[in-house]
Amino acid sequence: MIGPEMGRAKTIARRTFLIGSVVIAGGVAFGTWRYKTPYANPLLADLPEGAAALTPYVRITSDAITLITPRADKGQGAVSVQAALIAEELDVSLDQIDTDFGPPSPAYYNTALAGDAVPFRATDDSWLAETVRDLADAPMKFLGMQITGGSTTVPDGYDKLRHAGAVARETLKATAARLHGLERSALSTANGAVILPDGTRLSYQSLAPEAAQTEPVTNVTLRDPSEWRLLGKPMQRIDIVSKSTGTQGYGIDIDLPEMLHAAIRLNPAQGAALTGYDVTEAQAMRGVQKIVEIPGGVAVIADNTWRAIRAAEAITCDWAAAPYPAGMADHWQALSDSFTSDAQDSQFRDEGNVEAALAGGAEVEVEYRAPYLAHAPLEPLNATVRYTPERVDIWTGTQVPRFIETNVARITGLDGDRIHVHALMIGGSFGHRLEDDAVRHATHIAMAMPGRPIKLTYSREEDMAHDFPRQIAMARGRGRVENGHVTAYDLGIAMPSVLSSQMGRQNIPAPGPDLQIVAGAWDQPFAIPDYRVTGYRAPELAPISSWRSVGASTNGFFHDCLLDELIHAAGADPLEERLRLCTHAPSRAVLEAVGEMSNWGSTMAPGAGRGVAYCLSFGVPCAQVVEVSATEDGIRLSRVYVAADVGRIIDPVNFEGLVKGGVIFGLGHAMNCHITYAGGAAEQRNFDQYPGMRLYQCPEIELRGLETADEIRGIGEPPVPPAPAALANAIFAATGTRLREMPFDRHVAFA
Amino acid sequence: MQLSVNGADHPLDDLEPDMPLLWALRDVLGIKGPKYGCGIAQCGACTVHIDGQAVRSCQVAVGDVWGPVTTIEGLGTPGAPHPIQAAWIEAQVAQCGYCQSGQIMQAASLLAETPDPTDDDIDDAMSGNLCRCGTYPRIRTAIKAAAKSMNDRA
Repeated sequence: MIGPEMGRAKTIARRTFLIGSVVIAGGVAFGTWRYKTPYANPLLADLPEGAAALTPYVRITSDAITLITPRADKGQGAVSVQAALIAEELDVSLDQIDTDFGPPSPAYYNTALAGDAVPFRATDDSWLAETVRDLADAPMKFLGMQITGGSTTVPDGYDKLRHAGAVARETLKATAARLHGLERSALSTANGAVILPDGTRLSYQSLAPEAAQTEPVTNVTLRDPSEWRLLGKPMQRIDIVSKSTGTQGYGIDIDLPEMLHAAIRLNPAQGAALTGYDVTEAQAMRGVQKIVEIPGGVAVIADNTWRAIRAAEAITCDWAAAPYPAGMADHWQALSDSFTSDAQDSQFRDEGNVEAALAGGAEVEVEYRAPYLAHAPLEPLNATVRYTPERVDIWTGTQVPRFIETNVARITGLDGDRIHVHALMIGGSFGHRLEDDAVRHATHIAMAMPGRPIKLTYSREEDMAHDFPRQIAMARGRGRVENGHVTAYDLGIAMPSVLSSQMGRQNIPAPGPDLQIVAGAWDQPFAIPDYRVTGYRAPELAPISSWRSVGASTNGFFHDCLLDELIHAAGADPLEERLRLCTHAPSRAVLEAVGEMSNWGSTMAPGAGRGVAYCLSFGVPCAQVVEVSATEDGIRLSRVYVAADVGRIIDPVNFEGLVKGGVIFGLGHAMNCHITYAGGAAEQRNFDQYPGMRLYQCPEIELRGLETADEIRGIGEPPVPPAPAALANAIFAATGTRLREMPFDRHVAFA
Repeated sequence: MQLSVNGADHPLDDLEPDMPLLWALRDVLGIKGPKYGCGIAQCGACTVHIDGQAVRSCQVAVGDVWGPVTTIEGLGTPGAPHPIQAAWIEAQVAQCGYCQSGQIMQAASLLAETPDPTDDDIDDAMSGNLCRCGTYPRIRTAIKAAAKSMNDRA
């Protein structure tokens, strides 16, 4: 399977970020560029006269320095961190630059996403693991996967973007050196200018036309972190002022000349057909311009959003039945029936002899359940499309711009180079914008009125009904304890494959085991003598998608809660026994950190309890201690202590925000959120039925970010998986009740 | 029908009186700071002031507006932020930022009525405003910082 072609691909992939400058006027060096790099610099297509695109990430014109930040920003600060990585080496400050998401391009493929696609634990840095990770990178590149996800923006960009900044800087210096007959080594750079030995400042903008004629300097050395001006220090996010003054534009805010507004009614049974409809009432409503049948539903085009939504609601529709079980009992039954050898998907962890160890029975034998969950970002889905037979323009927030290009090309029958995706700021995603169904629907709608931009806005109800949710999952665990220690641990997890559901909608095959079925469970760095984790692939049920932390969002709960139950059965201390079993130094460090912060072991008030949990996900060890108290009004979350190790923290302010937000995200959904299906339709359609955590419930959260791990990692997702487990373990400590099913408010009240 | 928004008067004679204020602001007047999040007063992203009082603009019919409307754009600007916005910037509250216009308008109303709020006051005033990113700790921090700076100034 791993042949010479793959080896060569790896070499090319390694070379992709060694990108230099290019001539734009006259295109003299364009051929050279193409020859040198496997992907064309996408910035060249629209570059004005006298501008230079020094790498796919840096565009300089006479009046602006623009840094290209191709990873989507859905609130995680991706624009800022990508810009900062480039700016550090380019020697510009963040208030000197503009940013642009850039066009979709294979040049912006995600190198880091491959790391989680191969069956080696993130803690495994063996030669074999590293080699296979590198090879998985090759197909990722050839698919041109410009995807934002998997907490990869920082690890993917850490070298690549700094390198882009350094190449641009050295090429600008080489330009100045050539123009002034000096050696490049005699020049320096600061604040967006090349500085000559006599102190003369030549702004990058003034050098742009000449820089485009300069042979790129690609042999650059990245600065040592000790020399950093920006990275590793508190930064002000580029978007913080606009987001505090109502001036940040999101996809939903776009306004174009001649634009019309659309709303949709889709079959509430995800993916099922529209079999009939009556538009008599809707057609007569004020502002309605056109009513269009689209695959799976019907859309109204009107002169404003409200009129469109009202008219869409006035359409009576007949719907086909869901292609999956109508009610929850059958969904759970399908999972329950999947714990069979035929349905076994993986067993990457099988140490000792679990069968023999458990032949005499188990001290603990339990079942856990985790529900479907909507992503429900606060900005409802929207996409604006202008279709003409020659060209399609799409304005939307997306994590998958290249998939959009492909799908819109297919729907319209136009070539990909006639499809223009303009990526916009996103008001939250949590994985929702890894789907592009809104864009597909908007394209069908726009094709009914060529030439007019049409903005499709989902009502909250349509959004939540058609939120490809987090997977439903079930786990069965058992184990043995001896002499105060956990000695045998056997966990089986059943869920449908997220990867195959999600990639299936993009016509991309996902062969082999789905690692997400066991992510956050099989790969935990514990040494238990008899230790096994088995993944079972349940049949496809409701269509599902990646939800912040994906497989680990359910498996972190299963794996840690089973461990906690076994530790309790052994009569051991929950923190001490985890530390005793843990074989990974950074993981031990985060556990020790939360122990210290929480003053673990100290006496608590009557009715109060403390729970610890740990999960390694996306390569990041994260430990949490939750403190709760049982009050007259229910369980109250008082404090959370959290520690995580990402190897290197690029911006401590944003890091803190993402960790605390992730903890709140994990806790809030565990407390009171689920999506259930009745008659094939999601029963929860708005935030009255899907409340999440509110401010009055939010505990104080204390954080420690560690930087001991060897590799740099992202922090968007890893704080989520341990939170539900830490809460369940704390509630057990406070009340003696084990919660094995989320959401917990099915069993306890929260104050 | 006449609507006063951020100090400017807008004639809206041709509008259905039952159109929610939110949509009149966004789609008719082009004022995009107030956000659509739920349409049923469960998230607070659309919060504006009418006569200084925080209301959910998705629930107020434009024909029923009883006083001058202030949106986030009328509270302060990037060049001259209101002290609450300055506190939001200093604390770097926003992640996706989509709820923050509503959070800030709700906080402004709280501090106008209760210049020195306790944690319970903050809980009571702010818990109807949903933040899906989980910025609540910084919202609390920013409200306390804004209260201090406004009280110091007074």
